[in-house]
Amino acid sequence: MTSLFERLGGQAAITTAVDVFYRKMLKDPRVARFFATTDMNRQRAKQAAFLTMVTGGPNAYTGKDMRAGHAHLVAQGLDDSHVDVVIEHLGATLAELGAKPEDIAQVAALANSVRDDVLNRASPSTAGR
Amino acid sequence: MTRVRFDTTDVDVGERESVLDALLRAGADVPYSCRSGVCQSCCLRAVEGTPPSAAQVGLPPTLVALGHFLACVAHPQDDLVCARPGALAGAVDATIRERESIAADVVRVRISPNIPFVVKPGQYVNLARTDGLVRSYSVANLADEDGYVELHVRVLEHGAMSRWIANDAVPGTPVSLRGPAGSCVYVPGSPHEPLLLAGSGTGLAPLLGIARDALRHAHRGPIHVMHGGRTEAALYGADALAQLARAHANVAVTRCVLEGPGSDDIVQGRLDHVIAARHADLSGWRVYLCGHPDLVRTLQQDAFLAGASLDAIHADAFLTRADAPVPTG
Ligand SMILES: Cc1cc2nc3c(=O)[nH]c(=O)nc-3n(C[C@H](O)[C@H](O)[C@H](O)COP(=O)(O)OP(=O)(O)OC[C@H]3O[C@@H](n4cnc5c(N)ncnc54)[C@H](O)[C@@H]3O)c2cc1C
Ligand code: HEM
Ligand code: FES
Repeated sequence: MTSLFERLGGQAAITTAVDVFYRKMLKDPRVARFFATTDMNRQRAKQAAFLTMVTGGPNAYTGKDMRAGHAHLVAQGLDDSHVDVVIEHLGATLAELGAKPEDIAQVAALANSVRDDVLNRASPSTAGR
Repeated sequence: MTRVRFDTTDVDVGERESVLDALLRAGADVPYSCRSGVCQSCCLRAVEGTPPSAAQVGLPPTLVALGHFLACVAHPQDDLVCARPGALAGAVDATIRERESIAADVVRVRISPNIPFVVKPGQYVNLARTDGLVRSYSVANLADEDGYVELHVRVLEHGAMSRWIANDAVPGTPVSLRGPAGSCVYVPGSPHEPLLLAGSGTGLAPLLGIARDALRHAHRGPIHVMHGGRTEAALYGADALAQLARAHANVAVTRCVLEGPGSDDIVQGRLDHVIAARHADLSGWRVYLCGHPDLVRTLQQDAFLAGASLDAIHADAFLTRADAPVPTG
């Protein structure tokens, strides 16, 4: 089966999606502060990595990377509500680019699957072991 | 934990530290300026161990092959034994050709490379003194046509390089040029695209270079140059800008000052506010931003939020030692 990443148009579509998605994030007072000190010159690559990952494209990140990459944000108060905002803007971005509702649901599920890594907590499957 | 050795220093690199942070903490004498992987002052060579490839971005392949890396952005996995880079590795010998004061605190230097040196207007070069002091400066002219590289240097009160240029770099003085680097350059192929070129202080240097390059490529879309300074005295380059605007109907110039009254051709106000007032919608624009790091950061975000694509925003922050983050390790 082709991934949503391919059906959306691969790397070229991601480039457009980066602009739309990242602008929504920066304009949203609920999450903008987490991006206040990030270096814009490197954002293109990072946002593209994020979108590629959640649309099922080639993924170079491990759960450990996700933990390390967001640890400083968790220290600043990153919690479930912020992941929800990400998923909201992600859905709106993909809808603008013409993705189907079932694809958007699939992306939300993928993003949700790394929620525990991003928020640096034990995942339910490993909790209590 | 990895260990780094350099000269007589032998030190553990902390988890969040760079090789540069660790060596400086241990008292080693390593040159640096930007602390951001930009100016290449802190280039070292690993004689044992593999330096992280993320710390080799922007170095020429020959230097990478010889194990060179930028200490300020190096978080190594391996223990490293480091040496100074070959004194002027990757550098082109050059000679100061002309030097002129063009504003109270700005010196224009023209430098002739002794062998052909290819650099695009708007890119920056790393200028090295014969004793190894290195700083980055942006190229203001069409070096290939002119046969020399023109830099505009703001003279800082205690600046090692800028003061030396102002006081001692008489014509005939040998220097060397490394690089070039940077992606603040004109992108041919879209001659009708509107261009916004904005910057503060000597940020004007690369903007002039980019504007000249665009016009040489017969760019027909609007080219709006916006230059900001603290006072009118800081707004050097008025003649060069006026000349461009006179010769090309598509060039518009706005100059603004923070302090002091405006006038017929000078707007009073912060550069970011003046831009926001004139360019509320930047979708479809290509934007070039150069100068003070804080201003560049603000303008970058503003331009993006005003609709410019991330791919169409080119920025060079003129990082100095004072602006560089202080290590926490
Ligand atoms: C990509 C890039 C491009 C650059 N292009 C240019 C350019 O085209 N033209 C240009 O002039 N510079 C440019 N710079 C800055 C330049 O590289 C040097 O950092 C600058 O000239 C200072 O070097 P210095 O050796 O004179 O000062 P240093 O000896 O390195 O130190 C600066 C000293 O001056 C003081 N200082 C720092 N900033 C200020 C300030 N704003 N006001 C007063 N004092 C201060 C600090 O206390 C510090 O002690 C660029 C930098 C980068 C990274
Ligand atoms: C929903 C699941 C999420 C995934 C899959 C994800 C994925 C990623 C990836 C792949 C990177 C790039 C890492 C790198 O290359 O350095 C990254 C960085 C980042 N993420 Fe996330 N992320 C998620 C949630 C969030 C949330 C909720 C926020 C804050 C609201 C956030 C803010 C950031 C920031 C600020 C960076 C660093 C950017 C920088 O260093 O400049 N992320 N993320
Ligand atoms: S590149 Fe390391 S100090 Fe500038």
